[in-house]
Amino acid sequence: MNWIGLWTVYKKEMQRTKRVLFQSIVSPVITTALYFIVFGSAIGSAIAVIDGVSYAQFIVPGLIMMALLQNSFSAASSGIYFPKWIGSIYEMLSAPLSYIEITAGYVLAATTRALLIGIIIYLVALFFTPLPVLHPFWALGFSILVSFVFAMFGFVVGLWANSFEQFNIIPTFVIAPLAFLGGVFYSISMLPPFWQTVTLFNPLVYMINGLRWAFFGITDVHPLWSAIVILIFMTILIGIIAWIFKTGYKLRK
Amino acid sequence: MIKISGLNKTYDNGFEALKNVDLEIKEGEIFALLGPNGAGKTTLISTICGLVEPTSGTITIGGYDHKRDYRKARELIGLVPQEIMLDIFETVWSTMQYARGFFGKKDDPALYEQILKDLSLWDKKDNKIQALSGGMKRRVLIARALTNEPKVLFLDEPTAGVDVELRRGMLEVVKKLKERGTTIILTTHYIEEAEELADRVGIISEGEIKLVEEKESLMKRMGSKTLKINLAEKIDSLPSQIEREGLSLSDDRNSLEYSYKIGANSGITSLLSDLKSANISFEDLDTEQSSLEEIFVNLVNE
Ligand SMILES: Nc1ncnc2c1ncn2[C@@H]1O[C@H](COP(=O)(O)OP(=O)(O)OP(=O)(O)O)[C@@H](O)[C@H]1O
Ligand SMILES: [Mg+2]
Repeated sequence: MNWIGLWTVYKKEMQRTKRVLFQSIVSPVITTALYFIVFGSAIGSAIAVIDGVSYAQFIVPGLIMMALLQNSFSAASSGIYFPKWIGSIYEMLSAPLSYIEITAGYVLAATTRALLIGIIIYLVALFFTPLPVLHPFWALGFSILVSFVFAMFGFVVGLWANSFEQFNIIPTFVIAPLAFLGGVFYSISMLPPFWQTVTLFNPLVYMINGLRWAFFGITDVHPLWSAIVILIFMTILIGIIAWIFKTGYKLRK
Repeated sequence: MIKISGLNKTYDNGFEALKNVDLEIKEGEIFALLGPNGAGKTTLISTICGLVEPTSGTITIGGYDHKRDYRKARELIGLVPQEIMLDIFETVWSTMQYARGFFGKKDDPALYEQILKDLSLWDKKDNKIQALSGGMKRRVLIARALTNEPKVLFLDEPTAGVDVELRRGMLEVVKKLKERGTTIILTTHYIEEAEELADRVGIISEGEIKLVEEKESLMKRMGSKTLKINLAEKIDSLPSQIEREGLSLSDDRNSLEYSYKIGANSGITSLLSDLKSANISFEDLDTEQSSLEEIFVNLVNE
């Protein structure tokens, strides 16, 4: 294992994060604050307390999860896309680095970046409402695993993409709608029975509810299912990445 | 140092860029790879360095298979690509640090300082790449390739777009590396560079290696010389008794030019005695050796 090499890939990516830190943190912070003002305070005061949790509190885990999903994905997809695009990926391909080391560097850096943003959103939310965490270990565990999975997802799409538009499709047209429909702002028990069943096919429901359970002990699905769904996705993505490396797909001409 | 056998590369679009290439590079030599645009020079170098996946064939570097023992093989290599492909937001210094880090080696500021000074980049070390001129960026490409102290250095047109003075400097760096025992593979369109630096020359065209030969013997074998005879007085035409193949009268009718193959039967002696018997006197003689460029053009056009 070329540990220094892996560390260098990670460090270089984190350096890039630092360069874009302002924009990558300011935008989620503003969005979160807006959600709070609009939903948490304005509308939320009109919505009943759900299982002893105020509405403002209720939406926090969902907002954090949405930020983790989107940011880990974008960080990893743009991270690998740009060197491929400008050609500086040659620096890594001609070095004694394995595919695993290159991928791990990017994926771990994207995970770190997403977690940083998640923590910042949590801190911002604290200004609006008290947020005790019932199962801190699980809250951290779910956050790390989900960020890791979506960083791998982003890495794969960044490898595959041939244009900027292609990897922007996923956060905008897949992650955001699925998160909104997956119960960031409501409990799926509020839906008519038919839509409840449909919603259970949305994997993001399990991720959002997993974190909500870790925060408040309330959830629409059993936390074990949340863990299982995340692990299934992790297995699938590791499988895809392993396959990509076996075929050298899209990295070496 | 490098052994390539039966190497083929067909790109995804079906283009055959390398056709059954066999090549051996000796340890410590400077090997110049020459060939017209699109010949396959960059493809060949990229394949050896792991940027391009070969369709078939084997490559070993320092005895290590470039696939099975890729770590050991690549540890020996430094690559200076033809295109400027750098992260323009990084500084020169951090580019050096990352380059060495990717090779799994510990940071070595003294080494970076030495390299940057050799390439006249020391005063730019804190500049971002985007704040450098094209020729400086090209030197950064070289500098970063030296950070892992390679045993084999690939230079894909390193002097394109670099001014005359700095080109001199770069050639000095190359010579210095050779003295330290680095094997160097160089592509260039400036034949005088190959002529000055190379121990051996390989000519590639349309994906095939046409010829590999010691530079000296290639020049001897293929080279012709031109003898220029400055006449004491103008003559209107070549008198019939001196007419022969390779001899011509210059346009200003002031001089004769005779081109001949280097070797025993050059015909100079008989030409000079024929001039004497024709009563043509001359002031000065001058000889010129044909350059690799001409040899190369002749070969490619064959
Ligand atoms: N990615 C690619 N896909 C398809 N064909 C390619 C690709 N890269 C190069 N080629 C083709 O392979 C041939 C050899 O290209 P290469 O870059 O190796 O030439 P070269 O000898 O380095 O030329 P130059 O002197 O212009 O740098 C060219 O005909 C080129 O069009
Ligand atoms: Mg080329």
